[in-house]
Amino acid sequence: MLDQLSWKVGGQQGEGIDSTGEIFATALNRHGYFVYGYRHFSSRIKGGHTNYKIRVSTKPRPANADNLDMLIAFDQETIDFNAHELRPGGVIIADEKFNPVAPEGMTVRFFTVPLTKFAEEAGSAIMKNMVALGASACVLGLQPETFESLISDMFLRKGQKVVDSNMAAIRKGFQFMKENGGEIAEFRLKPGDGKQRLFMMGNDAIGLGALAAGARIMPAYPITPASDVMEYLIKKFPKVGGHVIQTEDEIAAITMAIGANYAGVRALTATSGPGLSLMMEAIGLAGMTETPVVIIDTQRGGPSTGMPTKHEQSDMYAVLFGTHGEIPKIVLAPATAEECFYMTIDAFNYAEKYQTPVILITDLALSLAKQTVEPLDYDRITINRGKLATEEQLAAIEPGKLFKRYAFTEDNISPRVFPGQKGGIHHVTGVEHTEVGRPTEDAAIRTKMMNKRLNKVRGEFPNSVSYTGAENPDLLVIGVGSTIGVIDEALERLTAEGKSVAHAHVRVLSPFPTETLQKYVDRAKKVLVVENNATGQLKHLMQFFDIKGEFLSQLKYDGNPYLPSEIYAHCKELI
Amino acid sequence: MATVKDFRNEVRPNWCPGCGDFSVQAAIQRALANTGREPENVAIISGIGCSGRISGYIHSYGVHAIHGRALAVAQGVKLANRDLTVIAAGGDGDGFGIGLNHFMHAVRRNMDITYIVMDNQIYGLTKGQTSPTSAHGFKNKTTPEGNIEHALTPTQVALGAGISFLAQGFSTDINQLTRLIEEAINYKGFALVNVFSPCVTFNKVNTYDWYKQNIVNLDNDPDYDPTNRAAAMAKIVETNGLCTGLIFKEERVAYEDLIPGYKKEPLVHQDITLSRELFAECLKEFA
Ligand SMILES: Cc1ncc(C[n+]2csc(CCOP(=O)(O)OP(=O)(O)O)c2C)c(N)n1
Ligand code: SF4
Repeated sequence: MLDQLSWKVGGQQGEGIDSTGEIFATALNRHGYFVYGYRHFSSRIKGGHTNYKIRVSTKPRPANADNLDMLIAFDQETIDFNAHELRPGGVIIADEKFNPVAPEGMTVRFFTVPLTKFAEEAGSAIMKNMVALGASACVLGLQPETFESLISDMFLRKGQKVVDSNMAAIRKGFQFMKENGGEIAEFRLKPGDGKQRLFMMGNDAIGLGALAAGARIMPAYPITPASDVMEYLIKKFPKVGGHVIQTEDEIAAITMAIGANYAGVRALTATSGPGLSLMMEAIGLAGMTETPVVIIDTQRGGPSTGMPTKHEQSDMYAVLFGTHGEIPKIVLAPATAEECFYMTIDAFNYAEKYQTPVILITDLALSLAKQTVEPLDYDRITINRGKLATEEQLAAIEPGKLFKRYAFTEDNISPRVFPGQKGGIHHVTGVEHTEVGRPTEDAAIRTKMMNKRLNKVRGEFPNSVSYTGAENPDLLVIGVGSTIGVIDEALERLTAEGKSVAHAHVRVLSPFPTETLQKYVDRAKKVLVVENNATGQLKHLMQFFDIKGEFLSQLKYDGNPYLPSEIYAHCKELI
Repeated sequence: MATVKDFRNEVRPNWCPGCGDFSVQAAIQRALANTGREPENVAIISGIGCSGRISGYIHSYGVHAIHGRALAVAQGVKLANRDLTVIAAGGDGDGFGIGLNHFMHAVRRNMDITYIVMDNQIYGLTKGQTSPTSAHGFKNKTTPEGNIEHALTPTQVALGAGISFLAQGFSTDINQLTRLIEEAINYKGFALVNVFSPCVTFNKVNTYDWYKQNIVNLDNDPDYDPTNRAAAMAKIVETNGLCTGLIFKEERVAYEDLIPGYKKEPLVHQDITLSRELFAECLKEFA
């Protein structure tokens, strides 16, 4: 019996590949499996090969599998393009309709199934995906009923008849496989634990996190892979009186978000590389005016328009060093969808606590891959609006006098007021200014204000690095973002082989967790930094932020996330 | 009730003596007092340029933002607190050069914001380069052989983009200007008041005298009908964009009143905690 397997469905874009994968994944998630789904898509809307690869496991595995156990093919291209991933003895289920040809020279179990024909018999050709799901269930030793609750949730509002015909299609596929040797003992999947968990992508978790954090305005401009965040909130904000505004460009998006935050409402924007570049000047304005703002950067393949639908982690320099001059900046880098939720809430709290821009950086794999998430905890939602001027403070201000919005204080953080508050009038400007916001070029004030701003954020943030593995490892692997699952998996294999390895994963890029990382680096014989970019940004950041030691690099920038085997093989060579 | 004095502060503007922007500042202060606004309920969001400094010269809330983005910041402020009187202000370079995109979309969106442009047909702060409103043939620092581009006519662009409130003033006619700004502030929607505000230091062509000789004041034309869009466009073309007064006005529901689920109570005053029930409902979608 298997405790994990990988399954893929492929066809032409616009053919329902997504929904097929979605139903398969969601149904298994409901049965207490851990699921990870990664969509392969290109920058075409219709036509062109697309596939959805799903990993099902009895324990958390937020990573693509090295190979494939089962492939559902709606066309020949799917077979030609993906069969090489199949392990020996893997299963192909191909629609009889296109007269499929088995891949040459491979030992696979090849089933030609009348997917379309059965679907038509059940009521409509579009149900061929249901037939395929039934066929898959048979191979995996699952019952057709595995899909029943989901099918009913999906289609009951269209009537019981629709539910029944979909279930009938599933049963036809199941029955056909049963009669044609599709019950394969070694493909049996161990049962899931039945626990109810969530299945969501990073972008959804960010949207929900923003909602929970009390964000109520989101100006944004569409871009892959960030758009889902705004699309999520477009559905949700009307319920809480909030609003998503689709702006004319990213400059408008961030400046509007700054305006809203200035006026006292938590606002965010979300973008990807090109949009982030456009926002840079405004990020400086937020830093200079000490206005909180949350920016989500879902990294994709760069530079320039690069590879819009491909994975990369190459905006780290940009988020840390982008914008001219010097401002305080907080950069959070969640690694899982669950962390996307909680850290988005943190982002808003930090933004208001420190009155700075906070950038939450993800990567395409984290943004768009769907993964099993433990139920999110309402009681862990906290809202902390930071230092706000009290009514007494404001009442003490004489009419006509200005509020010291940029007052020098012990912790360098000054109380905020919102327009509309009596007594709080002050001036906000991106020009260097005095405590009340008046422009100044006075050298002493300038120096003091720079120090005030840059020293607001001090020390390391909690949980900025996670650590697992050997205490004094022969090899320490350091990563950021979505690579968490692949690194863990590779190291698990090495540990099982008796190797001494460990994994440090960075969650906060600014303030950079130098001290903590240094501690881990010092204990390790060798250090490998694994990242998805061509120049080793994380490695260079470690050096830039003064971590002493020698660092090896593993880089991948072909647009695809790592496979566990790639990291495993590289590590194996090093120890 | 607040008076003009309440909108004044201690800052001496760093504008050149004689700059047209002084009168615009005074007109805004008078208009705010006339409309019964209180300083704490006003937010003036300005761009960058000599004119962009205006937010610092009026006693009210204000943001001196970045070049060309005053309107975007202003719209964010308005969304957060619809009870505020939001005024965006800046120069012709700020608004129709770097910020033109935002201008067109602000028109389209129609939030309740008053936009005041101090149009001196030149870039003042950067010391006299040609601006988008400089005339064809205009000779200047960046166009020593004469401007080979054609000028953009703000009123024509605004009307063409579908604006619902359009006025134009001249900084020396402070009474008319005050009245126009007042009406713009009271108008529930996006209102542009483009103001000819001469730069006495760098623009030697479009001087006070030049404007006086060329401007057509619509107040003197009892037959002019500011509710007729076609007539308004004809007048702009006929006067080469040099007409002052209320050019066009029509009623239109403001953006804020069309947002699904938006409440009358400003967002900034609303409780932001997400209810346990709604949270649970949100999670269901991912089960
Ligand atoms: C992004 C950016 N580009 C350029 C500048 C330099 N700059 C400052 S003000 C200005 C033009 C100002 O002209 P206008 O808006 O007409 O205002 P005026 O000074 O004439 O009132 C320019 C180009 C800047 N501040 N920011
Ligand atoms: S340079 Fe021109 S626009 Fe600027 S303050 Fe002087 S006169 Fe006014």
